[in-house]
Parts: sequence; C-alpha cells; structure tokens
Amino acid sequence: MTKKRNFSLLSHRAGAAFLAPAAALVGVFVLLPFFWVIFVSFTNRTLLGKTALSPDFVGLQNYFQLFDPATFFTRGQFGFSLILTTQFVLLSALVGQALLGLLLAWLMQTIPPALKRIVETAVIAAWILPEVVIGFAWFAFLDYDNGTLNMILRGLGLPAGDFLLQQPFWVIVIFNTWRGAAFSMMLFNSAFASIPPSYFQAADVAGASSWQKFRDIGLPLIRGHVVTDLILITMWTFNVFTPFILTNGGPSYRTELLSIYNYRIAFREFDFGKGAAVGVIIMLINLIFALIYLSFGRKKAKAVEE
Amino acid sequence: MASVEFQNVTKTFGTFNAVSDISFKVADGEFICLLGPSGCGKTTSLRMIAGLETPSSGKIMIGPDDVTHLHPKDRQISMVFQDYALYPHMNLADNIAYPLKVRGESVEKRHKRAKEVADVLKIGDLLNRLPSQISGGQQQRTSLARALVYPSRVYLFDEPLSNLDAKLRLEARGFLNHLQRDMGMTAVYVTHDQAEAMALATRIAVMDRGRIVQFAPPIEIYRRPATTFVANFVGNPPMNMIPVEGTIEGERLQLRAHGVLVRDLPISSGIKAALGKGAGLTLGVRPEHLSMGTINDVNMVSGKLFANENMGPEKLVTFERQDGGRVTARIFTDDAVETSENVAFTFDGAHATLFDAEGNRIPADGEMPL
Repeated sequence: MTKKRNFSLLSHRAGAAFLAPAAALVGVFVLLPFFWVIFVSFTNRTLLGKTALSPDFVGLQNYFQLFDPATFFTRGQFGFSLILTTQFVLLSALVGQALLGLLLAWLMQTIPPALKRIVETAVIAAWILPEVVIGFAWFAFLDYDNGTLNMILRGLGLPAGDFLLQQPFWVIVIFNTWRGAAFSMMLFNSAFASIPPSYFQAADVAGASSWQKFRDIGLPLIRGHVVTDLILITMWTFNVFTPFILTNGGPSYRTELLSIYNYRIAFREFDFGKGAAVGVIIMLINLIFALIYLSFGRKKAKAVEE
Repeated sequence: MASVEFQNVTKTFGTFNAVSDISFKVADGEFICLLGPSGCGKTTSLRMIAGLETPSSGKIMIGPDDVTHLHPKDRQISMVFQDYALYPHMNLADNIAYPLKVRGESVEKRHKRAKEVADVLKIGDLLNRLPSQISGGQQQRTSLARALVYPSRVYLFDEPLSNLDAKLRLEARGFLNHLQRDMGMTAVYVTHDQAEAMALATRIAVMDRGRIVQFAPPIEIYRRPATTFVANFVGNPPMNMIPVEGTIEGERLQLRAHGVLVRDLPISSGIKAALGKGAGLTLGVRPEHLSMGTINDVNMVSGKLFANENMGPEKLVTFERQDGGRVTARIFTDDAVETSENVAFTFDGAHATLFDAEGNRIPADGEMPL
C-alpha cells in the first residue's frame, strides 16, 4: 500500500464538524424510517384501534399474506399489481423511454445545430413541468366529451373513444413513455456528443451507413450511459406514482401499479404493517435491478479493459 | 486512382470566408500538400474533397465525376485523421478491417486482408491489441492501414503526423514517401509543417487566408517564392527579409539599408518598373546562402552578433542590423566564426530574391523554368 497524500481542503475534524448537521438530518429522516419500515413490516400495526398503540409482533405473517397463492393473481391484490408493474416497466421504460430516447438522440445527431437546440429546449421545457400539471393536461387531452384527442378524431371523421375507461393500461404506458423519453434522449444525446466526431467521419469516409455507424460505433461507445439510463428509468418507472392522477389506479384496479397498491393498503386502508411489507419488497426488487445492471456494466467494462 | 479538381470553390462559415474561390487540379498519381498556417483553409479544403463539408459555391471533381454534393461514403476515398479516429472498443484487426465490414466482406476474408496490410506496415503482430494498448506511432500506422485496406481513388491526409514526437515523425514521413513511390497514389495531404510538405509533395499549394498563394513543385516554392508570405513560411529558419532602397548605377542594381550594401545585382524590367513607382523593395536571402565575409565585400550584410547556435553539422549565426532587423546565416561548423561583436556576411547575387512593395516576387528577365 502506498500512502496517499491528503489533498483535502479541511482537516478531518473540521470536515466531520461541517458534515454533522447533514448527517443528523439524513439519519433522522432517511436511515431511521428505513429501519422503522422494516420493523413495522413484521407487526400488525394500524392507524386506529388497539394495534395502533401496541402492535403485536406477527413475524412473517404480512409477507405470507401478500404471497398467498389463493389470491395472488386476483385483481387488487399484490401479485396482480406486481405483474402489472412489470409489464408497465418493460413497455413504458425499456421499450418506450429507452428505445424511443435512443432513436431520438441518434436522429438529433444529424440535424443542424440550431434546430437541435430548439428541440432540446422544447424537450426540457416539457420535462420540467410539474407532475400534477402533466397529469391534468393528459386527463384533459383524453376526456371523452371535451378532450383534445377525441376532437381531433371526430374532426378526421374517426370514431371517438373513452380511452381512460377502455384502454387504461395503454394510456398510462403511453403517458409514461411521453413523460420519460425526454430524459433518456437528453442523456443519450450528451453521450453521443462526447464521442469524437472524427470517429463518425472516419466511418463515413470508409463507407458506413447510418445504421452501421449506430451499431458498430455509436452504441458500443455509449454502453456505460445505456446501463446508467436503464438503472435510473427502471427504478423511476417501477416506483412511479403519477398515473394515479390519470386513472386513480382504476378502473377496477386495472392500472393499480405497485406504488399505488402500496399507497392504498397503507394510507387508505391504514394497514401499516402490510403496507410496510409491500414497501420492503419494492425496495428489495429495486436492489436486485441495481445489482443486475451494475454487474452487467462491470462485465462490459472489464471486457473493454482486457 | 483518380484526379481531383477544384473549380472556383468557396466555403463560408457564417460571415467568415474559410476558402475563397480556389481552383486547382491534382493530376492522377500526384501527391499534393496543402500548406499554410492555422485558419488558412487547408483543412476545410481537404474536408470538402472528403465530403465532410459542402462547398458554398463551386464544383469539386474526382476523376470524371462531379462529387460536390455526394455523401462521403459514395466517393470511394480514404482519409487519415489527425487524431487517427481509431475505435477504442475494437482491436486492431477489426479497426483496420472496418471498411471491409461495412462492404459486407466475410470475417475470414477481411481479417486476412487486414493481416496483409498490417504486415506491410509492421503492425501484424499487434492485431489482437486495442488501440489504447499500442504506442502513438503504431496508432498512426493502424489508421494508415485502415485507409489502405480497401481500393480508393484518392487518399486524404489531415495532419497525420502532427501527434507524433519528432523522431517518429521523421520515420513516418520517410515511410509515407516510400509508400507514395510504391503505389503511385493520388494524395492530398494537409500540413502546417513546411519540412513535411517539402519532403513529401510532388507539388505544394501554399495557402493564406482562404486562397492559394502559390501552387508549384517544392523546389520552385523554395527557390522562387511567389510572395513574401511564402518566403517567410517555407524554410527553417525562414528567408531573411530586409527592406531596402534601390538605385541603378550603370548597368547594375544597388541596394542600401542599415548595415546593408549590395552593389552587384542584375537589372530586370520588373525592377525598373518597381523603382519607377518610387516604392521600396524587399531583399530576400536564404540563411544558407550567406557566408562569412568582410565589410568591403561587393554584396555585404553586417551587424552585431545576437546569437550563435551550434546545430551539429552547421551553425545558426544571428546578428542585428543597426535598425534592429535580425538576419540569420547558416554556416558549416568547420568555418570559424569570429566571436567579435561585429560580423559581416556576403552572398552571391544569383541567390538574392527581390520583392516589390506589394510583397510579390520580381522575376529576372528571361527566367527559365526550374
């Protein structure tokens, strides 16, 4: 071991002193609740009644209840929400956001810089809008009687549809794709921009088509960014709550994602113990995603080094 | 192989004229260097041949084809980039064979061809390495191999040696010269290094502010620089330039300046015309044409010793004339240099180059082509 020279601005003691307030806040508002939730998930704690003050320790009963094979796949139950959320992540995050974002970012490389800046500005403007505003805008867009979409359809002589009622799942998939593709696009856009232009010019001169440049040069060189993007959007989409504004989880639980299910159990039915168990499971799933992607990224990085 | 022709090509970026109305023709099998300082338009010109930039106006021909608006991939050209543009995630074999891959060649075929080319360039043992695992000189040869691996009509070089250290650069330069002799390729080579241009080119196009100032074989560029700009740019150290007053004494031209008395130069009609306007002349003498002399020599330049640099086979002696203008002489080390304060040098009148007030070279009467 070689001894590293210390180039820090502050002494260890002063640094610790400055860090203390933030550490205390993180401890009280992040770490403590984290362990508290794990603890609560092993109890039958509720908001009201006898178990509100003196909950009983019930062991894994909450977890068994969630994974009860008799009701697992029933609408409105944990298993149904889990499968729904998985489909939602696959379609709206991986296919929708990541793939669409990648395609848009690649197309952005070929347009003139001025146009590119305008598109970037528009995309960011749409992205920074508050969730609630977006939710309401989409609600208004899709309304059966006065919605913009149906006005357009009627204007074109096409049949109008009550999409929120008939295709609620596809509505939230498209909504989330629209909502999140901008992030992936911006991330991939800057990743592509970090590749020296001469790489693509050399390929141009060598006779490569746009698809060959994308497959052989663009994509392999932004692999790290792709992994980062997939980790982030998978987790965001897995935990996303905004579709609640559009569909309220319904109709009849058809869009009740895991986060919405968790909310209903914990804060509508006030079954804190069961809600905490759902939260712990969501956390574990997120952890697995992160580990898979990270090991994937490390493997690729190692392959490049060798 | 094919010829390349520029017909009145102009390229503007916003309001900046990168290339202003240039026309020239590169014959089949010629090695042309575009030489000039940064911002002179040489790289832009090269990129227009490659199709990486589109001319604002004018026409570019490769062989019989008008390629002005053709995509790079449809031009059948090769290019070596300044930063080599090697793909960091591919090993050398895949890097070199990439142009064959996009042409749909099978893996065995393209790796066989890559090996052949790599062997010629002495990197055949490194084909499994990644670009980050080889030296700069090897990277340069890899990018050269990628340009040579497929049949091309024109080879384009964008300062390919500028990232190498001095010793490797000389070696690579020699190799490029050998390759050119071997293949007889049509090449356009951009550089700001005049020695590189002199060594490689069959003809050099010296560029300044978007225009071609002189387009001629290296020897002509060196001996008969068309303007003071070319005279200053070519040669290391560059040609000495001394503003002088000229008078005609009998049948000979006399030149005077502080520390300068030149009494024996032939007169030409150009000189008479320049003197007739009453404007001054500029005397140009290459450092190697100055030799140790005395204050009484017929053609004399003198001043106070400023620097005396030993270069091994030769010495660079710089002295300062009375008005502060510096003159450098290159003399053989064996010739003793006076260490005294005042030095005088002389030169043969045949080696003097004269420029008019606009900076254009005044030709001698009855000048024969070189």
